[in-house]
Amino acid sequence: MSREGWFNLALAGLLVAFPLAAQAMDEPFLVTLATRAVILALAGVGLNLALGLGGLVSLGHAAFFGIGGYAMGILASHAQGYTPLAEWPLLIEGTKSMPVIWLVAVATSGLAALAIGALSLRTSGVYFIMITLAFGQMFFYFAISWPAYGGEDGLSIYVRNGFPGVNTLVPLPFYGLCLAVLALALMLCWQIARSPFGLALNAARQSAKRAETVGLSPYRLRLAAFTLSGAITGLAGALHADLNRFVSPAMLSWQTSGEIIVFVILGGTARLFGPVAGAGVFVALEHLLGELSDFWHIWLGLLLLAVVLFARGGVVGLVCGERRHG
Amino acid sequence: MAEAILSARGLTKRFGALEASRDVSLDLRAGEIHALIGPNGAGKSTLIAQLAGSLRPDAGEVRLAGRDVSALGVAARARLGLGRTFQVSALAMEDTVLQNAILGALGARGRAPSPFGRALARGRLRDTAEAALARVGLGECAGQRAGSLSHGQRRLLEIAVALTLAPRVFVMDEPMAGLDGEAALSLRALLDGLRHEAPILLVEHDMDAVFALADRISVLVEGAIIATGTVAEIRADPAVRRAYLGEEG
Ligand SMILES: Nc1ncnc2c1ncn2[C@@H]1O[C@H](COP(=O)(O)OP(=O)(O)O)[C@@H](O)[C@H]1O
Ligand SMILES: [Mg+2]
Repeated sequence: MSREGWFNLALAGLLVAFPLAAQAMDEPFLVTLATRAVILALAGVGLNLALGLGGLVSLGHAAFFGIGGYAMGILASHAQGYTPLAEWPLLIEGTKSMPVIWLVAVATSGLAALAIGALSLRTSGVYFIMITLAFGQMFFYFAISWPAYGGEDGLSIYVRNGFPGVNTLVPLPFYGLCLAVLALALMLCWQIARSPFGLALNAARQSAKRAETVGLSPYRLRLAAFTLSGAITGLAGALHADLNRFVSPAMLSWQTSGEIIVFVILGGTARLFGPVAGAGVFVALEHLLGELSDFWHIWLGLLLLAVVLFARGGVVGLVCGERRHG
Repeated sequence: MAEAILSARGLTKRFGALEASRDVSLDLRAGEIHALIGPNGAGKSTLIAQLAGSLRPDAGEVRLAGRDVSALGVAARARLGLGRTFQVSALAMEDTVLQNAILGALGARGRAPSPFGRALARGRLRDTAEAALARVGLGECAGQRAGSLSHGQRRLLEIAVALTLAPRVFVMDEPMAGLDGEAALSLRALLDGLRHEAPILLVEHDMDAVFALADRISVLVEGAIIATGTVAEIRADPAVRRAYLGEEG
């Protein structure tokens, strides 16, 4: 097995061992912290598909994260208030069931990514960054000015949503659920990276001319990747909202988009476990430095600067060395 | 006379005041190697770009296998059977030589790959790719990064990728540039046989190779074709001698 393979295995082991140890030491807060890291990692895994494999620097992924969050908030708030979302032309009720919420989150954020991608991917480079940012801000301001679902204040739900056979109210089982979702997303990305689609997408990132010359449309490849990427980040948004039992426009802010990019770059762009390492480091720093100073973002900024200047491969690149080919 | 598989009619392209293509008409017929020669800056690469669809002409049309493809882009023309190699290599440099060739085989299937498609097993794609690499003599380099190849080898890889497409026509922009004597000779032998699979429009500076390979030659000078004919006709053409061959001594 390659060095990166061992690193990934070790990281996976840590994801299993850490919360168990925290539980054994009677530190449920650490389990919640780990849950946050796993969910943010999932958001990063989504972005990594677009950014790492496709080379698409999206500064608008908060839109998908937030749409996933609001999918949870809206469905659950209707369920807890016993008011249907719609009565005509057909009755749509709210729900407290995670599988249903996840499906809705994936479908809505995926659709949004398809629409945003269809327009944004006609541009590239800095224009693409600005357009995705602009779309993200559109959703942000829309959420702020939408009084039906809390506007600026956001939406709270009283009890975490349920999953058949899992007691989601207890931190450890909920963590396990989130970890399982992350594992599935990682498996999907692993298979995509090795698939003909992944090969074509990666080649189009390196040379769009090359992809076109063999009859492949870079636009279509990127749109498919962007849609899938948005859907995965949207799923993370639904979980994140469930973790906090709260969703607000902050999830849709451009700072959130920036943070998701930070997970990917900090961990190692285009590395399968990069976002996992990145989100882990981010949450650990937030916890440790946040206790010392309110201005911990300064230290995060310096760390990010160091990574970009001296360790382009991020944490994974630092530990495992340059990417191997073939 | 054999039918034209790729043809240009009245192609004209201006870059500001410069007329890089002037009313260019050209046919590529089944089974032939049609060489396009002309001094540097004559407009050979510009013409190829218009044939392949990466440059939109100001006027004129391009037909591929009897179909007007003037409105189609690069990818669509490639799917209709246009196999192109670049003067300046355009490859996925971070990928391996084999991965680049597999990409060609993938495009040749004409269907866009799906994110949920199966992993790349040792399947038909790989067989096609390996066979193409072996034909251009890059079989040994399959595992190397494309970026680590010499310029000549990159040119060969471009040809291998074009081979995986099993195109109806080949359009090659200076495929022999950068190859040493032996490699150039073996490429010459490959092209010689290849014309029976699909005709080749060949831009080439090496006159020995052109005279040895070409069934017909078109001479491009300052954006216009001044003569088209067999090797003997072109060698004897006074206008060509004056405008082009004469210069080279
Ligand atoms: N994109 C472009 N913009 C402006 N001028 C160009 C462009 N591409 C080519 N040219 C000019 O058109 C002429 C023909 O170029 P080219 O087709 O590359 O010649 P050749 O391949 O025969 O050496 C040259 O004078 C070149 O400088
Ligand atoms: Mg040229």
